[in-house]
Amino acid sequence: MKKILITRISMLFVGAALTGIISCKPKNVGDVVSGDAAEKVYVAPGEFDEYYSFVSGGFSGQLSVYGLPSGRLLRVVPVFSVDPEKGYGFSEETKPMLNTSHGFVPWDDLHHVQASKTSGLYDGRWVFANGNNTPRVARIDLTTFRTAEIIEIPNSAGNHSSPFITENTEYVVAGTRFSVPADGAASDVSINSYKQNFKGYLSFISVAKEGKMEIAFQIKCPGINFDLARAGKGKSHGWFFFSTYNSEEANTLLEVNASQNDKDFIMAVNWKKAEEYIKAGKGTKQKVEYAHNTYSDITHTATSEMINEVLVLDSEELKDLCYFIPCPKSPHGCDVDPSGEYIVASGKLAALIPVFSFDKMKKAIAAKDFIGDFEGIPVLNYESVLHGEVENPGLGPLHTEFDANGNAYTSMFVSSEIVKWNLKDLTVLDRVPTYYSIGHLMIVGGDTKNPNGKYMVAFNKITKDRYLPTGPELSQSAQLFDISGDKMQLILDFPTIGEPHYAQAVAANLIKDKSIKIFQITENKHPYVTMGEKETKVVREGNNIHVYMTAIRSHLTPDNIEGIKLGDIVYFHVTNLEQDWDVPHGFAIKGANNGELLIMPGETTTLKWIPDRVGIFPFYCTDFCSALHQEMSGYVRVSPANSNVPLLFGSGTNFQGASTERK
Amino acid sequence: MKKNMLLCVVCLFLIFSSCGGETEIKEDAGQVEKTAPVENPSYDPLRGEGKFKDVVLDEKLNVEMANEGKIATEIKCASCHRMTSERLVGPGWEGVTIRRHPDWIMNFITNPDPMIDKDPEAQAMLVLCLVRMPNQSLTDEEARNILEYMRQIDGVKP
Repeated sequence: MKKILITRISMLFVGAALTGIISCKPKNVGDVVSGDAAEKVYVAPGEFDEYYSFVSGGFSGQLSVYGLPSGRLLRVVPVFSVDPEKGYGFSEETKPMLNTSHGFVPWDDLHHVQASKTSGLYDGRWVFANGNNTPRVARIDLTTFRTAEIIEIPNSAGNHSSPFITENTEYVVAGTRFSVPADGAASDVSINSYKQNFKGYLSFISVAKEGKMEIAFQIKCPGINFDLARAGKGKSHGWFFFSTYNSEEANTLLEVNASQNDKDFIMAVNWKKAEEYIKAGKGTKQKVEYAHNTYSDITHTATSEMINEVLVLDSEELKDLCYFIPCPKSPHGCDVDPSGEYIVASGKLAALIPVFSFDKMKKAIAAKDFIGDFEGIPVLNYESVLHGEVENPGLGPLHTEFDANGNAYTSMFVSSEIVKWNLKDLTVLDRVPTYYSIGHLMIVGGDTKNPNGKYMVAFNKITKDRYLPTGPELSQSAQLFDISGDKMQLILDFPTIGEPHYAQAVAANLIKDKSIKIFQITENKHPYVTMGEKETKVVREGNNIHVYMTAIRSHLTPDNIEGIKLGDIVYFHVTNLEQDWDVPHGFAIKGANNGELLIMPGETTTLKWIPDRVGIFPFYCTDFCSALHQEMSGYVRVSPANSNVPLLFGSGTNFQGASTERK
Repeated sequence: MKKNMLLCVVCLFLIFSSCGGETEIKEDAGQVEKTAPVENPSYDPLRGEGKFKDVVLDEKLNVEMANEGKIATEIKCASCHRMTSERLVGPGWEGVTIRRHPDWIMNFITNPDPMIDKDPEAQAMLVLCLVRMPNQSLTDEEARNILEYMRQIDGVKP
């Protein structure tokens, strides 16, 4: 072990030295990786990582799970995209999870993750994620590491400022990036009428104790672009802060036209006030259509329900609900410190970072210290709510996380670095380069009331020469820093999937013991479950054939099926009878256009198969399960539509009276 | 399966070619082929290893328990075991309550992995069947009911 370490360390040194000699990087890697880095990230074989890190899979639409500090990939959880490795979106049971008011959407874009919280701290129950393109929010269950629920967001387009949550997971928000006219026939308007007809909707999704999500209400806001958001905490609990851009309300060439104003806005929303208005009946019911999909671990089946109504509050009419805080130049990140007092807004085109004070904001609101209004919403005086500005932090500030010692860490996209600064006196304390062009950053517990302050991860947009080249497309580069000392120290690079936006890391001991190992077969309430081999059968209902099949090491039952005819639709309902951890079985049949199956112990999963020709079709288990895995197979015979081959099925013995004649 | 055998052979070959010394080769090869029980004085081959000790059986069959045992068997066991002496994936159950101590049966069906690693009889069975008996996560009650059902198969009367 020591030897390995020494070898690794010396290799690092050699690597660093070589890089120093032959590369022409702007900053020398050898300077930033110090000798004890390998020791800090080494998790010995058989040992566990200290943290689960839930990392957005970006344009892959999935959620990846990494161990920290090792950077080992533990799991990719399919959320908004089909995933052949898990059968997600291929089995009949999981297809409804990807249903929307637009129908089945196979691939979306997942940006931000939020671990569920109680009293402002992670509780290890769920992770929430946003679907950015076709607006949705998902809830991932951390006992199964599966997507348990997806809710679509009406009146929205580009669900970017999402799925940020309140400190007791009362609400998950979904603020629209693109303002659009309200859903419905009246939305057929001229794009030129943007200022007249386009609105920005903020959705507040309530989360019940057992996890069920529901759109409690929406707030109709001016037609600006909502970018990111954070809930208040502690003293500011009850408020939500959204960064916005395009206060110009431009609808073309936003690159130029939405960057005209010196200041855009942070929007402060008093959601407790919104609850009062709802109670007082101030909401308007609007006809809309959106999907709510839930997955059951008892029926092992997802259901998709269409909902036709949403409750809307109007920010222009209802006073004391929303306030605008002027903020320099298209703010992106909008982050609240652990105490709930400071709101850090990163104007991505600004050369400074403004920090706002919650106390000052309350005072300014009470004193009606407004400089005017924007479409009916009061605009606060910048100077009155400002705690101070971080001067010359770097170029292109994006996101800020916090440690336990009153320090903030801001990612700088343009100057490709992380800047550490003090929240009280706003002085810059340290800066480290990132490779290259950092987007989000994450400190373990960095958005909670009690950050851990041990590790920080940079999620970089550009990879270039960090790994062995793999053609034009490279995996994304994440970088782990030790932030326990005064200086941030780079200790590991690791590749990630898709384009990782935000991530959160939760202590392993909050999750690992709750992780389930099997589904109880005796509790399986799938309508086509096969409770033991004795119950296996093949049933014809008109053109539909239902195969009640079981899988156990190492046979599928039945494994000989005849009497299927062209024009039939065959459903293989495969029940995995295993009750042992980590013994899934697979199921694949030649020519199937719907993919394959992967069935967990105690689960029933269905493959829909439409045979396209006569003949013999072998099927087999695709997931190595035992020494006799290769034997785990069978045959289906498909005959012409008008044939009179009787429906026969079995296992272990040949069909009585069937032909053995050579053709 | 053939592929796996090939893999094993390749692995063995690698071991041979990589570790030079004659004595070491024999040790490595020996471990792969070893089927004899490991000397383990703490292991009780009569009762097996697990939570069950001194399982009490009535002279007469408890029909209710045997019926429950049959239901559990059909869901969790019958894919691999016949109730006759015929071997399927695993051995047939006929005569098992005569061959084995009730503690051994209870321990084996609830705690198969450690017993397959230690028990000479279980290891001999593995050589024959080539599939390690899976842990089917039986509850204590299910296991006891299954034992009663096994007794019924072996002719114990109510």
